[in-house]
Amino acid sequence: MRRGKILLGLALGLLMVLAVPALAQDGADPGQTQLNGTIRFGFDQFFEGVTITVADSSGAEVGQAATDADGRWSVPVPGPGAYRVSIDTGTLPEGIGLREGQESVVDAAVDAGQSRAVVFAVGEAPKGTPFGERAAQTVFNGFKFGLIIAMSAIGLSLIYGTTGLVNFAHGELVTFGAVIAWYFNSSWGELNLIVAAVLTVIVCGMLGAGLESGLFRPLRTRRLGIFQLVVITIGLSLLGRQLVQLFFGAEPLPYRDFQVQERWEFGPWAVTPREVATIAVILAALVTVGLMLQKTRFGKATRAVADNADLAAVSGINVNRVVLIVWVMGAALAGLGGVFQGLDADIDPFLGFQLLLLIFAGVELGGLGTAYGALAGSLIIGMSTEVSTLWISPELKFVVPLAALILVLLLRPQGLFGVKARVG
Amino acid sequence: MDFDIIFGNAARAAFGPEAIILALAAIGLNIHFGFTGLLNFGQVGFIMLGAYGTSVAVATFGWSLWVGIPIGLFLALALAVALGIPTLRLHAVMFAIVTIAAAEIIRILIGSTDAIGLTGGPLSVSFDAGAFFDLNPYADGPQDRYGVGTFAFTGQQMWVITVGWVLVALVSFGVFLIIRSPWGRVLKSIREDQDAARSLGKNVFSYKMQALMIGGVIGGMAGVIDAIKTSGADPNGFRPQVTFYTYTALLLGGTATYLGPVLGAILFWFLREWIESFLRQLAAEAWLPGAIADFLEGSEGIISVGMVGLALVLLMLFRPQGITGNRIEMQLDAR
Repeated sequence: MRRGKILLGLALGLLMVLAVPALAQDGADPGQTQLNGTIRFGFDQFFEGVTITVADSSGAEVGQAATDADGRWSVPVPGPGAYRVSIDTGTLPEGIGLREGQESVVDAAVDAGQSRAVVFAVGEAPKGTPFGERAAQTVFNGFKFGLIIAMSAIGLSLIYGTTGLVNFAHGELVTFGAVIAWYFNSSWGELNLIVAAVLTVIVCGMLGAGLESGLFRPLRTRRLGIFQLVVITIGLSLLGRQLVQLFFGAEPLPYRDFQVQERWEFGPWAVTPREVATIAVILAALVTVGLMLQKTRFGKATRAVADNADLAAVSGINVNRVVLIVWVMGAALAGLGGVFQGLDADIDPFLGFQLLLLIFAGVELGGLGTAYGALAGSLIIGMSTEVSTLWISPELKFVVPLAALILVLLLRPQGLFGVKARVG
Repeated sequence: MDFDIIFGNAARAAFGPEAIILALAAIGLNIHFGFTGLLNFGQVGFIMLGAYGTSVAVATFGWSLWVGIPIGLFLALALAVALGIPTLRLHAVMFAIVTIAAAEIIRILIGSTDAIGLTGGPLSVSFDAGAFFDLNPYADGPQDRYGVGTFAFTGQQMWVITVGWVLVALVSFGVFLIIRSPWGRVLKSIREDQDAARSLGKNVFSYKMQALMIGGVIGGMAGVIDAIKTSGADPNGFRPQVTFYTYTALLLGGTATYLGPVLGAILFWFLREWIESFLRQLAAEAWLPGAIADFLEGSEGIISVGMVGLALVLLMLFRPQGITGNRIEMQLDAR
């Protein structure tokens, strides 16, 4: 019987994801080994006449192309191998340049007969700014990024606290949120992104409820070991990511709304309204969750379950209901985090997994199972990621928080705010 | 639908270099996880250093391949020490996450444009593995094939395969010997209850470190074979999924057994390639509705990797000990 229930849960989860319609791939002649791409800004601005140059690994030029009216370009290459693709930013329109942190030279490997997409993220050109202003800007970006991590981390942390489950598929919940919002925004009814985000939160909450009641609750009653549960979540994570690749595709795509925005100037900061909205919504969500945990009966019950589930059950708390609500809340917040991250950096199947390591880092840095520690840890991770770009190349920025994590654990194995316990 | 081709492809994957690499990685992981209970989720880091150590020594510094291979193995050993000192005292789950993070740090650094001069960065690195293939006893003409149908290898591949499987056999036998020894029994006792092991006067940290080092070097061997097979290394080949595939192979074959990792690696590649070939053949079938065929076209690899994820879930649900394992040895309660 229990097995039947688990399989049913799996099948339901699969069905929910399979219901997403396939996205038509860009047509390119099959068989021709080539590099291609689209130079665009947001959903509706395509740039014509941008020059793209392809060189082989020894630096000899292989081909050059200019984008057509739809912003598309393609350069046939003589065979499989690694190529170096560069964009002539001088051919972009006035005021448009590569987004901050993007390189004008990109390396791409192509297989025989493959047509490999190369992405140049184009946006408003960064202006030459003095160090102080850049520093202020990176601190702001880091704060925003840290908040996104923190919001996505709530679910991970609360689920761990109440059930002991370390959910490696949490990153896929984030990706799922970003992708579902993209479909609502661009494909199903072309809804405004705000409406799409609200629907996404509902869908993700339902997914969380489905995962808990269809899969993880039956697993808890079977008393699987921690390791088996971890491996199951890893399996789900792989499966989820492949499904996203299958239906959504591997090429990063932006939302339709809020791409082109005038910046507001606040002292040294130039911020877009969407960034202000991101921060406001996340802060509101964090405060709400914090108050809920501190002040309400449900919050008290959650803390009791986290402290000792058996004692909580004995004293009349419905543990399964508490865990269900935690799952719904955690998945919904993770999905919303995905929407904000997608708004910031375009949506691709690896969005969530990339964030997952940083979420783990934030949660661990603060100390596993401490709510405010997780928030502080996430902010530190977000800030260190962004601020490091002042000195090091942006492609290395994720090294900094991960290295910081290892360093902190070396000095304080229990995390910054955790309680010391001897292991090993 | 030509099942000869499908089975031929699957068998070639199951006995080819990929399976050897996976088998070595899984044998190393088996020492970490299966026998010692260390949740190492960064096995790909050891493979990567084995592969890059060898490749960079030959390609960038121009040293002999026979110097490059020990360098690759030494780097894997060094990673085990560097990783072990801060992390072996951590909670099991934290250890898992830190090891993933460490492997990712190495991958990002190796693959960055700043490292082009040393490792080739995102362009990947390639070198001349001639020193290895000079010893090839198999005739290696353009027409020479060993095997039947699509289950056939070139002379060069045969040489890699021969050396690889001999290495797998030797390493498996070595693991059998050390795990049967008193030293191996201490490892298992640490896995079962490290406090008990400590109370018997065993230096748990030191044993864990030794296990991490041995398993790491075996992972490094996988990297060396990988480097020789492809005559180079590419940073994109060392994403965290590689570790997860290694776990899949190990769990499929049977954790904490001597032949489990090898069996698991063979099965893993057999099934993965079987599914991929099957889907490719299916997509070419005339009776299949066009929409489904278009959907399958080019997605075979994505689907087969998704199947790995599904297999992990089902395996843990219904047979956590794998094909040959003992369920009691899988009752690991991570601390």
